[in-house]
Amino acid sequence: MATPRDKFGRPIVVVTGMGIVTSLGAGKTDNWAKLVAGESGIKTVTRFPIDGLRSTMAGTIDFIDVDPFTSTRLSERIAEIATEEALAQSGIGSKGDFPGPLFLAVAPVETEWPQRLELGRTVAKREFDYYDMLRASGGGRFAPYHDRFMFGSVAKFLAENFGTKGSPISLSTACASGATAIQLGVEAIRRGEADAALCVATDGSVNPEAVVRFSLLSALSTQNDPPQAASKPFSKNRDGFVMAEGAGALVLESYEAATARGATILGVVAGCGELTDSFHRTRSSPDGKPIIGCMRKTLADAGMVPEQIDHINAHGTATPENDKMEYLTTSAVFGEQISKIPVSSNKSMVGHTISAAGAVEAVFSLLTLEHQRIPPTINYDVPDPSIHFDVVGNKARDARVTAVMSNSFGFGGQNASLILTREPA
Amino acid sequence: MTERKEVWITGIGILSSLGEGLDAHWDALNAKRINVDDKRFAPYIIHPLAPVSFDAQIPKKGDQRQMEAWQRIGTYAAGLALDSAGVKGNQEILSRMDMIVAAGGGERDLAVDTAILNADAHGNFSPGFLNERLMSELRPTLFLAQLSNLLAGNIAIVHGVRGTSRTFMGEEASSIDAARIAVARIEAGQSDIALVGGAYNGERLDLLVLFEFGDFNLTGEFTPVWARENNSGFALGSAGAFLVLESREHAEARGVKPYAKLTKVVADLAQRKQPGAVTKSLETLWSKLGVGDDVGVVVTGATGAEPVTSEERAFLREHQGLAVRATGTMFGHTVEAQFPLGVALAALSISRGALFPPNDPTGFEVEKSDPPTQIVVMGTGHWQGEGMALVEAVK
Repeated sequence: MATPRDKFGRPIVVVTGMGIVTSLGAGKTDNWAKLVAGESGIKTVTRFPIDGLRSTMAGTIDFIDVDPFTSTRLSERIAEIATEEALAQSGIGSKGDFPGPLFLAVAPVETEWPQRLELGRTVAKREFDYYDMLRASGGGRFAPYHDRFMFGSVAKFLAENFGTKGSPISLSTACASGATAIQLGVEAIRRGEADAALCVATDGSVNPEAVVRFSLLSALSTQNDPPQAASKPFSKNRDGFVMAEGAGALVLESYEAATARGATILGVVAGCGELTDSFHRTRSSPDGKPIIGCMRKTLADAGMVPEQIDHINAHGTATPENDKMEYLTTSAVFGEQISKIPVSSNKSMVGHTISAAGAVEAVFSLLTLEHQRIPPTINYDVPDPSIHFDVVGNKARDARVTAVMSNSFGFGGQNASLILTREPA
Repeated sequence: MTERKEVWITGIGILSSLGEGLDAHWDALNAKRINVDDKRFAPYIIHPLAPVSFDAQIPKKGDQRQMEAWQRIGTYAAGLALDSAGVKGNQEILSRMDMIVAAGGGERDLAVDTAILNADAHGNFSPGFLNERLMSELRPTLFLAQLSNLLAGNIAIVHGVRGTSRTFMGEEASSIDAARIAVARIEAGQSDIALVGGAYNGERLDLLVLFEFGDFNLTGEFTPVWARENNSGFALGSAGAFLVLESREHAEARGVKPYAKLTKVVADLAQRKQPGAVTKSLETLWSKLGVGDDVGVVVTGATGAEPVTSEERAFLREHQGLAVRATGTMFGHTVEAQFPLGVALAALSISRGALFPPNDPTGFEVEKSDPPTQIVVMGTGHWQGEGMALVEAVK
């Protein structure tokens, strides 16, 4: 019988419910089956015209209808679906009454092109400027767009639907957002503020301008054909990430509260860590120190040593820079042992779900612990000879997995890591 | 659980339509100065940023070029706060200083947008038109000036704040929660020192459009917040407001004096479909703060939007004898910066031993002559989210 507190005297934080939506499908069952079978969710984009784009594939979620379509509404809807799944599994609270706060990782919100075009078309002038558009905006005609394009709109919707308590927090730490949402939940439970927290991360932002923005920063793969082979983490011929949509939801609880209500414990968030890189807006410090520090902080937070980690769920975006830096830094933390730790990148199959990635990959890490099976890194045909990871290439691998480190790194010097374990230490 | 630590405000940085720094703001508030521009976006009114040389806090021109105005305003105000706390350049402290920034998104390239919209209106819109125009005309690094978390990123790069870095989004509520979480972390020993704040550029047509969708903009003649019942709305303002918060132990160990302590921050999300919900929510938050009406002073970020401002006024009227100050009258509505601005002015007032005078011809705001020792800072979002902070003198 484990004690309800960790070795630092803090409440142990466990996961009692998980939900997921990716381009592979909705729900853990479908996602896991496809993930370990090495299936890709990446397709040529059909949602909008791809003429003139350098990258034409993405992990879009096309099997869920939202009408009228906006990226923000899609983010909201898939977050809702993932949350429903997590709550059903957890059995916590009652319908519309979740007994804790909401931490939501969500893509930055802005007025989108279809709505901007709609506004422009209402201006009754041959040549018009933004002032003309401003004068056409009021009077209630576009009132729903105010609510839709507020940054807090998705969190408001989820908080009201699921009855979370207090002021819901929407956050962004770029590509580390999902991990940060979990970290905020862990911190709240450790402070004793809450016995439970709902941590959700969502991103439905595959739209033309988003693709263009990443494309102009040369971050995206341009290996458009075949689309499912584009995302090549740790391969010599990798050339960028593939944008994708997804949502992950986790119900966190104190071990004490979870056991008191007889909940099934799916795993433990043993440690989390974060360290900011002040080197550059998009590139890591060449010495990798902030990432190394982030992983070490996470190990220290979990009270663990590198030898106790037996799988790494990599950030593995497949950009030339990320994968190189990730190897450099991970090997600095793990030393000789690194060649013996199986490493895999879910992004080879589901693409980079940006704001959602940290939570999507935390769910996959917990499923890895549950099934004792590591999903593959597909498209791993030409290994990068300078990356000496034990990459779980192309085929899933059965393995004894007791502790997973999941890493997330983002623009703006954001680094966040999580350590997930099966049982309380 | 270990005993809760006391949280001190040891650094304040403000850049706004009234100037930069504490003395300039103190003087402007006491002179009842208001800086509005009702011509540039007429009939819409804004509070434009006071002239500032960004070099003073962002020395590299290359860094300035990588930012749009909202990021420059925020990075500048963050630098002022670090200076004020005496930690600027202190690498040991900066390397473990936590940061929570409340942010929206950055400027768009309106020329590109307008050209695309005109072409569309003329029917020149082939399937790939939008893609092609965006691919060829958007500045590649503009995205980095738009990303919400890149204000924090720029503060890390320019000032070296590099412990944890979190960006909260969601208009007014995001900055209340930023302060709330930073205080909770310091109280619980999860953090020793943190930089908290937000920034807003109110001189943006795209944001006027966004708020005009909901008919929230103040138009016509400028009026103080409490005089807008019949012509409701807010005038967007430009401001950056940042605070350095730290545990009493940490501040004492490095021998710094606090402006005030930040005793408590509370927040909630009222179901506003029900009339009176905001008034009720504020009552609940007030009781959670644990103050009586003898607290004496409320600094509020009331926007002037309706019906929420009337609901807030109804709450304030229930508490007799309060000296109320609405920052929206002097600074305009600075959205994510409004709450940290209110906390900053509360701490400044406590440290100067006086409350700045009312600026309100309706008489709702009253004089207060004795030195304030407790000030409640309120933030009521224009469409959602409410919160309060209790700022107190350090005994």
